[in-house]
Amino acid sequence: MVTQSPQQPFRPEGEGFGRRRFLGFVLAASTLTVAAQLGEGAAAPKAAAAVPGLPEPAELYDLNDMLTDATLLTANLITITMNPDGTASFALPRAEVGQGVTTSTAMLIAEELDLPLDKVRVTLADARPELVFNQLTGGSNTTISTYTPVRVAAATAKQRLLEAAAAELGAPLSALSALQGVITAPDGRSLGYAELAVKAASLTNLRVAVTLKAASAFQVIGTPQNRIDALDAVTGRKQFAMDVKVAGAMPAMICRPPTINGTVVSVQNLAAVQAMPGITDVAVVSTGVAVRGRTFGQCIDAVRALQVTWGPGSEDHATDATVLAELRAAENPLVTPPLPLLTEAIDARFTFHFASNSPLETNCAVADVRSDSAEIWASVKAPITAQEEIAAKLGLPVTAVTVHCVQGGGSFGRKLFHDAALEAAEVSQKMGKPVRLMWHRTDDFRHGRVHPMSTSRVRATYSLGQVLTMDQRHTSVATEFGHGLGEIITSLAAKLPVGGLAFSETIFTLTQQTPYNFGVTSQLLTEVDNGFHTGSMRNIYSPNVRCAQELVVDRLAAAMGRDPYEFRREFLKDRRAVAVLDKVAQVGNWGRAMAPGTAQGIAIHPEYHGFVAVLAEIDCTAATVNRQIPDAVTGPRVTKVVCAVDVGLAVNPKGLEAQMMGGIMDGIAITLTSSLHLHNGVFQEGSWDNYFYTRQWNTPTELDIIVMPPTTGTPGGAGELAVAGAMAAVACAYGRATGTMPTTFPINHDAPLAFTPLPTVPPIPQSPTDGLSRAY
Amino acid sequence: MPQHTFILNGQQVTVDVEDDVRLLWVLRDVLGVTGPKYGCGLGVCQACTSHINGKAFNPCSVPVGDLQPTDRVTTIEGLPATVGRDLHPMQEAWLQFDVPQCGYCQPGQIMAAVAKVLQARAAGRQLGDTDYDEIRNICRCGTYYRIREAIAAAENQF
Repeated sequence: MVTQSPQQPFRPEGEGFGRRRFLGFVLAASTLTVAAQLGEGAAAPKAAAAVPGLPEPAELYDLNDMLTDATLLTANLITITMNPDGTASFALPRAEVGQGVTTSTAMLIAEELDLPLDKVRVTLADARPELVFNQLTGGSNTTISTYTPVRVAAATAKQRLLEAAAAELGAPLSALSALQGVITAPDGRSLGYAELAVKAASLTNLRVAVTLKAASAFQVIGTPQNRIDALDAVTGRKQFAMDVKVAGAMPAMICRPPTINGTVVSVQNLAAVQAMPGITDVAVVSTGVAVRGRTFGQCIDAVRALQVTWGPGSEDHATDATVLAELRAAENPLVTPPLPLLTEAIDARFTFHFASNSPLETNCAVADVRSDSAEIWASVKAPITAQEEIAAKLGLPVTAVTVHCVQGGGSFGRKLFHDAALEAAEVSQKMGKPVRLMWHRTDDFRHGRVHPMSTSRVRATYSLGQVLTMDQRHTSVATEFGHGLGEIITSLAAKLPVGGLAFSETIFTLTQQTPYNFGVTSQLLTEVDNGFHTGSMRNIYSPNVRCAQELVVDRLAAAMGRDPYEFRREFLKDRRAVAVLDKVAQVGNWGRAMAPGTAQGIAIHPEYHGFVAVLAEIDCTAATVNRQIPDAVTGPRVTKVVCAVDVGLAVNPKGLEAQMMGGIMDGIAITLTSSLHLHNGVFQEGSWDNYFYTRQWNTPTELDIIVMPPTTGTPGGAGELAVAGAMAAVACAYGRATGTMPTTFPINHDAPLAFTPLPTVPPIPQSPTDGLSRAY
Repeated sequence: MPQHTFILNGQQVTVDVEDDVRLLWVLRDVLGVTGPKYGCGLGVCQACTSHINGKAFNPCSVPVGDLQPTDRVTTIEGLPATVGRDLHPMQEAWLQFDVPQCGYCQPGQIMAAVAKVLQARAAGRQLGDTDYDEIRNICRCGTYYRIREAIAAAENQF
């Protein structure tokens, strides 16, 4: 599938010696322990991405700046330990949910430490409140914010090891060389890091200046590497929250209301349910009725048996149509002055329906709450916020709550919130016992976070071969930002050039852009605040906003008699955008003859210091659209995708390709098949055969991902980048294949439901019993 | 409480649990075998896919009382032993193509892939697009393309 451009020499910014000098710390410890400071620049992912003038991490960590800091801080440090067995350990203060940051971080350490990659152990740090804003995983920011500090710590360790080796070998430091975890003197004598780890330790905290490797010396960074946890994943050994063994933590589930935010009025048969086989406890909690038992199967039985009188929810009268009407009423008007002679306008309105960010691992957490302390195990991307909120809920001091970050079975925005961790803590406290709380799949779709419904109006004017204006008014059900990003924005408010805006407007302004020279452009967000549980979904606004824009770009090109690729090429602002566009046009054979009912589409998307271009081919012929697969939505099939990506510097090109591949599958899903249908306060979808995320039968049979050679020399974000480009390219291809620009997403949303909705009482379905007859 | 005996990953096991508890929970909650994952409990997502007597099935959809003492249940943990190796060739192909992202669905994907290859082989043919389209396992990270590549690479290796 994958072709990769040869790595070409490049001369990034910051390559000079002075720009590679940084300050590291050696900490007092029995074995070599080094550290570097996580910085303010890292705390402002969105701001750093979009606002010129804010300091980049490399600038923040410049030696001269740091030397003026008189205090040796040991609080905000990230720490690498060199173990006496020759391995290096690092607890990453970020979440690993499949995006590959443990692997890329291990690569950074291996690079600067000159240690084989398989000798680097990366785990996830517990919640560390002293990091304040610096333990949030989001906005595709992990590698951007940790690229320099992690390397500084590793370089500090190598320097100490070299110093220790110089003393041991009686050789000048400058004559020593470090390779693959071994330091060698000119006379051939050598010492392994294992032998030096204790000798290189320090009795006191030290502050030392170190020099990072020049990019031209990189041996690991920029090379394709497999995930460090792949073996655990394919053998079933990888541990997720529900696999963690905590003494006494028995399965627990919640009986949830029939509509969103419904409340418990009374429970008719609590004692009877408590007496059911395997069940140990039943308790009313703030989100429903909790049950705890020997197996999750028995918890499912108990949830289904509960007779509960429910109070109304927050959206009991809402349907897709009422929410859409509310959005339209709230739309900020598009005001274009009377058009001059020869000027024409294109006006379009798009609707993007509710979608679920549910990962395959449902919301879940283990909690062991005692009278004076609490211990939580969960995959959370904002563990500090989780810790604070759990402490508040339990009435415990923050310091009495420990949040262990476990690897997550996907996130896609979901794990920015810690709904299950909060719930598990409450249930454990109420029952006085440890619990392993897991949401049922049906609950995860119906009561879990959703990506909000939105509309986007776009108006462009053009005259004499030029686009004069492009205005966009995006109107959305409010996106919740109660996971720490809001606090970051507050803290940086004085530095941002968009003072006075709400969080969501700030984020919209800092992330959304028009990558084309289209004269006077404007983009505004209006939000309607409802009682829905919302969140981002592998990006916040970009897939929808940019898809709308790119569809209008295709309309402009057509109206002006131009080829969609050539048109984009001419108006793109950035040469990196042109380069990725050219690459997919060339590799994807743009403009090749296509059969009726099939077409190519092309689009670009800039974000997170990176650029992606996607060329998609779609088959909308009747034979394909009407393919019959049981309990599936087939419809148009994307047959081929070519994607070119430039993130400035790909730390791990193989991991970057994986992120592009996943983003493309998401883009296909939200364009063609996957959405939630709201009816009287409840989402109709309750299973993966209702919510039509991309499956094998929707997957392109040809996929070509090209990682561009390094351009800026510093890594940009990757996790979310491809979704917007893929969504736009697939939508454009669909429009060209059918002759009709799609305006409702996914395109099948208004068709009759392709499934029979599961009942809402009892809230979850029973598991089937016919598994043996379906074995193959 | 009823007792149930079956063969799990080559070893006979006996559990005390009610008849109607689905095998997935017997494996995970009673026996502590956590390779098979929960993704829906509805026989839809296929994350728990394991083998019974060499065929792929979903333990979430089988009451433990339906098992016979002679039934051989193989989870991802027991897959390598079925070919007498440390890793099954399908797992090696998964590593070669670096298929997993979050990894949550991958045990089920691998178990489904092995069964799909054996099914096609029994019918005397190689896997084609139609066979891939019959693999219903959800991968929310979207690793589908690498899954196809890995299966194609491993198809004739065992």
